[in-house]
Amino acid sequence: MLLKQISVFAENRRGAIMDITGVLFNAGVNLRAISIADTTDFGVVRLIVDKRKEALTALRENGMTVKETDVVALAVDDTPGAFHNALKALTESGIMVEYSYGFVSPIGEGATIILKCDDQEKALGCLTAKGFKLLTADDVKF
Amino acid sequence: MSYHMYNREAEAMPKEKLRELQSERLCEMVKRVYEKVPMYRERFDSMGLKPEDIKSINDLTKLPFTYKQDLRDNYPFGLFAVPMDEVVRIHASSGTTGKQTVVGYTEKDMKLWGEVMARTIGAGGVTKSDIGHISYGYGLFTGGLGGGLGSETIGCATIPASTGNTKRQVTILEDFKPTFILATPSYALTIAEYMEQNGITADSLNLKAGFFGAEPWTESMRKEIEKRLNLKAYDIYGLSEVIGPGVAYECECQHGLHVNEDHFYLEIIDPETGEPLPDGTEGEIVFTCMTKEALPLIRYRTRDVGMRIPGECECGRTFVRMMKPAGRTDDMLIIRGVNVFPSQIESVLMELDGIAPYYQMIVERTGNLDNLTVLVELTEDTFTDEVRKLEAMSKKVTDAIHSVLGIACKVKLVEPKSIERFEGKAKRVIDKRTQVNF
Repeated sequence: MLLKQISVFAENRRGAIMDITGVLFNAGVNLRAISIADTTDFGVVRLIVDKRKEALTALRENGMTVKETDVVALAVDDTPGAFHNALKALTESGIMVEYSYGFVSPIGEGATIILKCDDQEKALGCLTAKGFKLLTADDVKF
Repeated sequence: MSYHMYNREAEAMPKEKLRELQSERLCEMVKRVYEKVPMYRERFDSMGLKPEDIKSINDLTKLPFTYKQDLRDNYPFGLFAVPMDEVVRIHASSGTTGKQTVVGYTEKDMKLWGEVMARTIGAGGVTKSDIGHISYGYGLFTGGLGGGLGSETIGCATIPASTGNTKRQVTILEDFKPTFILATPSYALTIAEYMEQNGITADSLNLKAGFFGAEPWTESMRKEIEKRLNLKAYDIYGLSEVIGPGVAYECECQHGLHVNEDHFYLEIIDPETGEPLPDGTEGEIVFTCMTKEALPLIRYRTRDVGMRIPGECECGRTFVRMMKPAGRTDDMLIIRGVNVFPSQIESVLMELDGIAPYYQMIVERTGNLDNLTVLVELTEDTFTDEVRKLEAMSKKVTDAIHSVLGIACKVKLVEPKSIERFEGKAKRVIDKRTQVNF
């Protein structure tokens, strides 16, 4: 199952990220993970949150440009090579990773790696078939 | 002191003789235009005006005005007074709504252009022993080819360097040792800057004069160019509708620009009433092309603001001097010598899918170069999580603007509703350049 990530457009200006976190704080939304892609002129703030619907509504009401993106959330052990093995599986299946970021797993030991691949469905199938554990929306809610 | 003149007989012609020549040329032109250009014939007829009613230059004010819109309405060749067989050159400048202003030249017009440009350069002491470096753009823009034509008419070895590739231009300046340069003032300073960054001093060049125009520049810029390139900087004025560069030029006295009055008649009018204004009063610059064959415009409203300077010039020229234009009567911006209208940017954005109609143009002078930044608001539909796609989108806008305006700009995607609205409409232009004098 794919996980929904919220992407928010942010101009390169002082306080742009704080504006986003402020809106989420006021809406009582908890952040599970955050990653920021930055370019010379703008950034894209990527978020995994516990209350997705509330977060989307609050951000939009505050005039922010948001989009939902499907991502793969992979649970990996806290051991050397754990992430490497997953990437190897994807690469061998001809899948390209566009971006990735990680956070401490909300389900016990290890970490959660967020992956955005060129073919998300294929990546999902590949990782499932190889026995990798994937997280669902419920796993990040608690 | 004796002042340089390319054509003393014409440039220092006795005032009365000049007046006679203007009368003769105007009458002849009016007859020709009435016969050959339907728009003028209709306009004359509706006013009950006959070509015979124009007996001297004093009757000029009886004639109707010509507007930029007339050129657009008769796009591309409708106002040409000769068959295409006789046209040997076409130039065009960028227009507001995709429609450009098209001008044509006959063989005789080309000679005339060479002559008036030769006077322009000659006023700075250039003779056929000189070597000319032309850094105006060669192409549809009149600057490069017009400037080069003047240099060749004098008999100078002429280097058509055109714009860009500053490194190579500096190598040429160092190795070929041109003695004069034609460029936009901002490009002259870009050259100076490049030289300084690379430890090349003005002593290694051989420039004695520079002829600068086509964009706003100030007296302080003049001093800076003179100091950094070690030359004397002259101001030149022209517009493609009249002929291109070569309409008016500075002499060594540098108190106003002499208008090539035996070919182009200068009037200053009140832009509201259309009434002619006395010398020494600021108003809209209006030109009548008395000798051009292909595109002889009558009382063309330039929308530039200027003034006829009263009195005579020490240099001995009898041609009237005009004060360097002090602004525009409309919303046109001149960026790096290129005419830009906000509506052009708007039409570019409208044609691109998924781009909000909210934009803002910011014009700044960084160092000595005009920089245009276009802020474009993003919408939720166009926003994507993929940085690559967002960058491709801004590049698409940049490319589209470049192809329409012919100048590079920086496109910056901004958050929705972040552009300041003014009475419901976004504020379109923020010109941060100070002292726009041209």
